[in-house]
Amino acid sequence: MNTGTQTGKLPVERRGGFSRKFSGIIEPYLYVSPALVLIIAVMLMPLILGLSYAFRDIRILNPFSGGFVGTAHFEALISDQAFLDALANTAWWTFGSLLFQFGLGLVLALLLNRQFLGRRLVQALVFLPWAVPTFLSGLNWAWMFNPVVGPLPHWMTSLGLMAEPFNILSDPDLAMWGPIIANIWFGIPFFAITLLAALQSIPKELYEAASIDGATTRQQFISITLPFLAPTIAITLMLRTIWIANFADLIVVMTNGGPADSTQIVASYIFTQAFRRLDFGYASAIAAVLLVLLLAYALSVIALRRAMTHTDS
Amino acid sequence: MTLTGQTSTRKLLYWGSHYLMIAAFVIFALFPLYWLLKVSVTPNDILYTEGVRLWPSRTSWENYAFVLTQSNFPHYFLNSVIVSGTTALVTTLIAALTGYAFSRFAFRGKVIIVALMLITQMFPLVMLIAPIFKILAPLGLTDSLTGLIIVYTAFNVPFATFLMQSFFDGIPKDLEEAAMIDGNTRFEAFRAIILPLTLPGVAATLGFVFTAAWSELLFALMLVSSESASTFPVGLLSFVSKFSVDFGQMMAAGVLALVPACLFFLLIQRYLVQGLTAGAVKG
Repeated sequence: MNTGTQTGKLPVERRGGFSRKFSGIIEPYLYVSPALVLIIAVMLMPLILGLSYAFRDIRILNPFSGGFVGTAHFEALISDQAFLDALANTAWWTFGSLLFQFGLGLVLALLLNRQFLGRRLVQALVFLPWAVPTFLSGLNWAWMFNPVVGPLPHWMTSLGLMAEPFNILSDPDLAMWGPIIANIWFGIPFFAITLLAALQSIPKELYEAASIDGATTRQQFISITLPFLAPTIAITLMLRTIWIANFADLIVVMTNGGPADSTQIVASYIFTQAFRRLDFGYASAIAAVLLVLLLAYALSVIALRRAMTHTDS
Repeated sequence: MTLTGQTSTRKLLYWGSHYLMIAAFVIFALFPLYWLLKVSVTPNDILYTEGVRLWPSRTSWENYAFVLTQSNFPHYFLNSVIVSGTTALVTTLIAALTGYAFSRFAFRGKVIIVALMLITQMFPLVMLIAPIFKILAPLGLTDSLTGLIIVYTAFNVPFATFLMQSFFDGIPKDLEEAAMIDGNTRFEAFRAIILPLTLPGVAATLGFVFTAAWSELLFALMLVSSESASTFPVGLLSFVSKFSVDFGQMMAAGVLALVPACLFFLLIQRYLVQGLTAGAVKG
């Protein structure tokens, strides 16, 4: 990329100007191309291939499989009670986790946004769960819920929450709380980090001006902090909803969908179909349905947000 | 007089509850890690009899000694370091280039590329395992660390790109424009002026990707079948699937596996907040 504009001769300068202009047009594509090639090859192509599996009979252990079956998988899905239960469980898992992750994450971010003694150490420590491999935290939480080797059932008994220590992971009515609590533990730092970043980007002058005008802390929170946080909250909530709905690791490790499928979410059901029963065709059909549902959710949130900002202005 | 007395009581009350809540968060965050550590130093014969005690009556390092000298764990550990380290480096490099283009250029197709990257963040990655396996197998990239690195890099590039873009957005355009007027190409300006200024951002992205690759289990499990190419989560699972699960040893291996991820994270979490500050406002 030699730009010979310093020579002073007109023709050369003109040619230099041209090549500079030309390179200016293709330059962004040069920067973007490695990422684009990689994403197309490793994510987009497999995605399309995976969607095609949804219409084919692909079972790894059956050498005669591979044929086209049309919409047979989807027809089977509609009457698959385990799938319908998994849909309901997914909603419960996702919004149960999200509500607490967000609520506690916001409180933590607000606490960390004030200057106090030991703040930097505290920040490093409370963000730590985010770095723990999910597989490991799943095993560890399952261990802690076990009354033989874990303290949690005994504490809950002392608090009167339980008649006697038992493992909530083996009670179909309560089992979902296990992975949800582990997920809350793991996910608070994410919200705290993003919300703290948003809080720190609010101009301090606004608060100074407000307190000169005599606004109380609560008034400042409602009229300065919340409006500034709103865009970040909307985006992170949407992205996290989708992410948590897809997040099967903790459930697979802690309960494996049990007992009696009471913690089976759609993502873990896909995993079960694909890797326990090796039925890639059916698994891909479930995944396709999940993908459509999540896209519909994302689009409706975006549309809702657009409608709200339009009425505002 | 009474007024100042009132304010100082309120201040005391506020800071009292502030520290109390902070303490609750710290305990909630650290207790599970403490329990992991406790189990890892408990000798096997009292693991169950003293299962619910806060600290065992005697401790030993035998689990650590076993994991380090008698098991394949050091090998898995090395594989994980190679995979996560390379993934972090390559991803950050690619994300820096793309993030820079997103931040500085308006070009045809940009909206489509950004949308494509956003969509990759939405679909269940589980559904990609079978197709990726079918694509990588003929290339000889299954059961190899290279294959894992390629897959992890692709998965992490979109988020890393948005992260890097937010850092570049925080740097004034005039800086490289001045360098370009002096006769440097844009790439030279990018490399010599902009990149050094975004070092905190680079560190945050490196750490984020390293941690993500370090924890990944599902793809490692499906794409790798031999011992020699196993990463540590797969290795850790082999402790579970053995006939008699040795929890003490598994927890010891877990603590060892935690160390690099946590060290990395402690170093970079400050920059992560800093970096998101630049980008978060735009929403």
